[in-house]
Amino acid sequence: MILRLNPRLLPVLVTAILLVLLFVAGAIRFDGFGSLRVVMNLFTDNAFLGITAIGMTFVILSGGIDLSVGAVIAFSSVLCAVLIEQQGWHPLLAIPVVIGCGALLGLVMGMLIHCYNMQAFIVTLAGMFFARALATILSEQSIPIEHGFYDAVNNFGIMLPGRAWLGSGAMIFFLVFLLAIWLLHYTRTGGFIYALGGNAASSALMGVPVGRTRVLVYVLSGTLAATGGVVYSFYTASGYALSGIGLELDAIAAVVIGGTLLSGGIGYVHGTLLGVLIMGLIQTWISFDGTLNSWWTKIVIGVLVLAFICLQHGLSRQLGSKST
Amino acid sequence: MNKLFHQITHSRLYWPVMALLLILLANLFISPGFFELEFRDGRVYGSLVDILNRGAPVALLAIGMSLVIATGGVDLSVGAVIAITGAVCANLLNSSADSLFIVISLGLFAGLVAGFINGSLVSFLGIQPIVATLVLMVAGRGIAQLINNGQIITFSHEGFAFLGVGSVLGLPTPVVIVLVVLAALHCLVRFTALGLFIEAVGCNPRASHLAGVHVNAVKLSVYCISGLCAALAGMIITADIQGADANNAGLWLELDAILAVVIGGSALTGGRFSLLLSVIGVLIIQALGTTILVSGIAPQYNLLIKSLVIVAVLLLQAPLFKQQFKQQLSGLVRRRAA
Repeated sequence: MILRLNPRLLPVLVTAILLVLLFVAGAIRFDGFGSLRVVMNLFTDNAFLGITAIGMTFVILSGGIDLSVGAVIAFSSVLCAVLIEQQGWHPLLAIPVVIGCGALLGLVMGMLIHCYNMQAFIVTLAGMFFARALATILSEQSIPIEHGFYDAVNNFGIMLPGRAWLGSGAMIFFLVFLLAIWLLHYTRTGGFIYALGGNAASSALMGVPVGRTRVLVYVLSGTLAATGGVVYSFYTASGYALSGIGLELDAIAAVVIGGTLLSGGIGYVHGTLLGVLIMGLIQTWISFDGTLNSWWTKIVIGVLVLAFICLQHGLSRQLGSKST
Repeated sequence: MNKLFHQITHSRLYWPVMALLLILLANLFISPGFFELEFRDGRVYGSLVDILNRGAPVALLAIGMSLVIATGGVDLSVGAVIAITGAVCANLLNSSADSLFIVISLGLFAGLVAGFINGSLVSFLGIQPIVATLVLMVAGRGIAQLINNGQIITFSHEGFAFLGVGSVLGLPTPVVIVLVVLAALHCLVRFTALGLFIEAVGCNPRASHLAGVHVNAVKLSVYCISGLCAALAGMIITADIQGADANNAGLWLELDAILAVVIGGSALTGGRFSLLLSVIGVLIIQALGTTILVSGIAPQYNLLIKSLVIVAVLLLQAPLFKQQFKQQLSGLVRRRAA
C-alpha cells in the first residue's frame, strides 16, 4: 500500500503526520491546547504568513525564488496606513491600490528576470531593498489605523463552539488557498507553472509560454504578499516599516516543510498550508510552555527545514533513478 | 600610448575603480574636507579611513563570498555566523578562560564548524547552496541567542577590543586584518592550483570532475574559508561595540557582501572571480553610504539607492541589455548624422 503511494505525496504525508502528532502531544501535555479555539487561532495568527507562503509556492514551483515578500508586506501595511490615516482615503479604495502596487513590483521583477535572464535570487533581493526603503521613506514610525471599516472587518467572523473564533483574516486565507488550488490544478496556467519548474527548456519546446508564465508567478507572489500585508495591517491595526523582517525565510521554510521541491516542478499548495500550520503550532507550543524561549522557534524550524531537505534529497534521487 | 589606454579601459578593474573614484570625487564638491587626513595619537583619522574601517567586516565577508560565488554557490549564513562568533567570544571573555588566544581560536573554530556544515550540505548532500545555507541563516541566530541566553552580553577586555578599535602602524586594526586576509587568500588562490580549481568547478562542475578535480573537496573548502572570514568579521564587530547582540550583529551583511561581489563584476553563476574587485565593490557600497549621509539626503534613501544600483549593475552585465544599449546608441548616432 505504502509502496504504491505516489512518492511526490510522501513529504506532504510526513508533514501531515508530524502536524497531527505535534497537536496530539500538545493536547496531552497542556490543558486547553487540544481545542478548536487553538486551531482557529492558528489560522488567524498566521493568515498573513499563509497567504504570502502560497504566493511563494507558485514561485518555487516554477523554479524561482522571491526574497522580497517580507519587505512587500511591510510596504503594503505602511502604504495602507498612510493612504487611510494621512490621505483620508476609504480603505475600500486604498486596498486595491496597495495590492496593485504589490502586483506592479512583482511584474517589474518578473520582467527583469525573464527578459534579461537575471537570477531571481538577486533581482528579488533588490526588490526587497526597494520595498523596504519605500516603506521607511513613507514613514519610520508605526502608524495606527483607526477606521470604522477596519473595526467592522476585525469584528466580522463566525463564533464556533468552544469559544473558537473564525475571523476575517482566516477567511481570506481560506479563500486564497481555494483559489490557489483551483489555479494550480484546474487551469492550464497551473500546468504551465509545473512544466516550467520541471524543465524550462523542454517546456518551451512543448509550447509552454515560458515568459508569460514566469512573469505571472512573480506577479502572483507580489499580489499575494501585498494581500498578506493588508491582512497584516488588519491584524495589527497599524502599518510599520520594520514589520515582516525575515518573513521571506519563514515563507520559504513553510513551503519546504510542506514538501515542495526547491528545484521546482514538484509540490502542492496544501503542503504549504500544512507547513504554515506546523510553524504556527511550534510557536503556540512555545507560548503554552512558557519556560522555553522564542529563539527555540528558529532552531526548531531550522532543524525541520534541514530534515525535509534531506528527505527530499533522497526522494528526488529515487524519482531520478526511476526515470532513467 | 593608445595601446596603454586600451589596456586600461579594457581591464576588469576599470569600471569598478572609475565608479569608486566618481563617488569619492562627488564628495569633494559636497564637503571640501572629505579628503583631509590627520595623524593623531599614532593613528590616521579622516573620512577615507572611516570608509575603510567601516567597510572592513563586509570586506572580509565579501572575500569569502567571492570564493563561494566563484564555485556557483552562495553563502547566506554569514550574518548568522557573525552573531554566533560574537556570542561565543563574548561569553568566553566573561568566563575564566579569557586568554586572548583561546577566545580567538574558539571564535574561528565556531566559524569553521559553520562553514563545514554548509559545505557538507552543499557538496556531499548536493543541496542547492541557497537552501543549504538558509538553514543556518534561520537557525544560526537562534543558536546565538541560546549561547547568549537571550541577553546582549557585554564585556571589557582590552586585548580583544584591540581587534575592533586598536591601530597597527597608524591604520585601524580592522583595515590591517582585511589587508592581511586579502593578501594571504590572494596568494593561496593565485599561487596554488586552488584558484584554478575553484573557477573550474564554477564554470562546469561535471567537466572538472571528469578532468580529475575533486569537486566536493573544493566546494567544502570554499564554504570553510567563508565561515572563517565571517568569524573574523564577527570578532571585529563584537570587539568594536564590546558586546554581542545575537539579534542585530551582522544583520543584512550577507546581502551587502553578495552585492559587493556582484558590483565587483563576478557573475553569480560562478566562474571567474577577483578578490580585489570584491573589496573594491565593498568600498563602493561604503563610499556611497557615506556620500548619502554627508550630502544630507535622509538615510532611508540609502537602501533605495542601493537597490537601484544593484539593478543597474545587473543590467550592465546582461548581454541582451548591452546589445539593446548599443543599438539605441548607434541609432542615435545615425539620426544625428542624417
